[in-house]
Amino acid sequence: MAEMIATRDAYGKALAEFGEKYDFLVLDADLAAATKTVNFKKAFPDRFFDCGIAEGNMMSVAAGIATTGQTVFASSFAMFAAGRAFEQVRNSIGYPHLNVKIGATHAGITVGEDGATHQCNEDMALMRTIPGMTVICPADAVSARAAVEAAILHKGPVYMRFGRAPMPVIYDSDYRFEIGKGRVLKDGKDLTIVATGITVHMALSASETLEKEGISAAVIDIATIKPIDKDLLLTYAAKTGKILTCEEHSIIGGLGGAVCETVSEQCPCIVKRIGIEDRFGVSGKAMEVAAAFGLSTENITEKAKELARK
Amino acid sequence: MLEKRKQELQKIAANVRLGILEEVYNAASGHPGGSLSVADILTYLYFEKMNIDPKDPKKDDRDRFVLSKGHTSPALYSVLAHRGFFPTEDLKTFRKYGSYLQGHPDMKGIPGVDMSTGSLGLGISAACGMALSAKYNKKNYRVYTVIGDGESEEGQVWEAFMFAAHYKLDNLCAVLDFNGLQIDGPITDVIDPTPFDEKFKAFGWNVLEINAHDFDEIENAFRTAENLKGAPTVIIAHSVKGKGVSYMENKCEWHGSAPKKEQYDIAVAELSEYLAKLG
Repeated sequence: MAEMIATRDAYGKALAEFGEKYDFLVLDADLAAATKTVNFKKAFPDRFFDCGIAEGNMMSVAAGIATTGQTVFASSFAMFAAGRAFEQVRNSIGYPHLNVKIGATHAGITVGEDGATHQCNEDMALMRTIPGMTVICPADAVSARAAVEAAILHKGPVYMRFGRAPMPVIYDSDYRFEIGKGRVLKDGKDLTIVATGITVHMALSASETLEKEGISAAVIDIATIKPIDKDLLLTYAAKTGKILTCEEHSIIGGLGGAVCETVSEQCPCIVKRIGIEDRFGVSGKAMEVAAAFGLSTENITEKAKELARK
Repeated sequence: MLEKRKQELQKIAANVRLGILEEVYNAASGHPGGSLSVADILTYLYFEKMNIDPKDPKKDDRDRFVLSKGHTSPALYSVLAHRGFFPTEDLKTFRKYGSYLQGHPDMKGIPGVDMSTGSLGLGISAACGMALSAKYNKKNYRVYTVIGDGESEEGQVWEAFMFAAHYKLDNLCAVLDFNGLQIDGPITDVIDPTPFDEKFKAFGWNVLEINAHDFDEIENAFRTAENLKGAPTVIIAHSVKGKGVSYMENKCEWHGSAPKKEQYDIAVAELSEYLAKLG
């Protein structure tokens, strides 16, 4: 049984770990205990600044810090980092292409009990439209940690999306993160399941079931939503001719949208999308709600079978 | 301030105002009213106060300036051009396709611009970030920002005021360009943000009040601000929207419209006459 760790925990620990090695500041908006930047706050109290419940101000403050050559992280829930502060991220950070790293936790439907107001299923769509913004959605704790270091080393704005709920660890310690590169976790010839975030482990499990039933499904982890790994997607679009995308995000504008944009222009093939279908979330336990919205190994297996038969 | 120096600054400010009009007239677009109201403050900052070098606009220890009321870019560009950051001839390309002089300040393409602004309320927060970074990195530079009185209707301005006081950013000095007018009319008619002094004090800032067009008062205020420790300072600068052009003064219609040829000629004639009087 795989170890269960929330990517927000990995994020907080990574900030504290890499704080030893790299010079950066961390801002939060009264959610340090939840975003887990509290780990960094404890380790480096003089490098942590709470901005209070004022996310717009926080993003523009981060931009101002970055103009001085100082790397800085700004953290909040995805709803407030990408939603509330969208315009500050766009105009203060994106337009001048400043070196701000946005650590957005509690992304997606697995926020669970808090319900629709806090279940942000739109953040990747919003962030992806900002020119020059890198958008990262790690699949597990190992890749989340590695993504934090990659973001520190990257010059320019980065949006990282992390989850609240514990998820299985799928990568081992020799995992290397490269911005813009997808990863083939399993090869296949009948269809390709392109997944991101918490759906990657579900897609892997689904592919095992499919294999037993004679369906050969490739599984790709797209951890960088933007810039997306076009070459890899086009290779598998050509090879399997069928793509199933899976994401804990609206089917509009996120991974599914990005994959459709990519393949439709250069190697058209059928693309089916699993994600939150143009509706708001509801309260419930994280995985209970996720399953109700189609994010489960069973649903991925089912949809993959339908697509394979087409 | 020595009379001679004051007169020099008045001349520079008059030329800055001519530059503002040249920009807006040639673009047939832009915001002359608030540019003219802030011209003396910006002239003082760039010609007298700030540690800056037009030959090395990105030098590490420079004082920073953020024009939070970014739509008054014509004033900032004119001051920067007259200070030598780029040729004054370029002012006539303002807002034109292919020019680096974008409608609102763009730090990526314009020498001397420290922060991209334009969307109101965002600039003062960025100035807070610069001041915080200076504190953390033990740098001595100071950060200046100008906000509009209409701009203070944005909630983020007050978030920034809270932040700056909380982190005791005494290396930050904000100027409120209090010309009393916004696009839709007098600020007190549109949605009254006053009284400013009591609000700023309640937010934990030092508050100074001056006439925005008197260089002695401007100088005294910036000197005082520099010596006030433990809290940021805001200078409430009582200004005249459209200052220096008779038919634009105190008229909100000139917030965001450009003069026609005859109007432009009258404005140039008025400012030229004023310059001639200064000798």
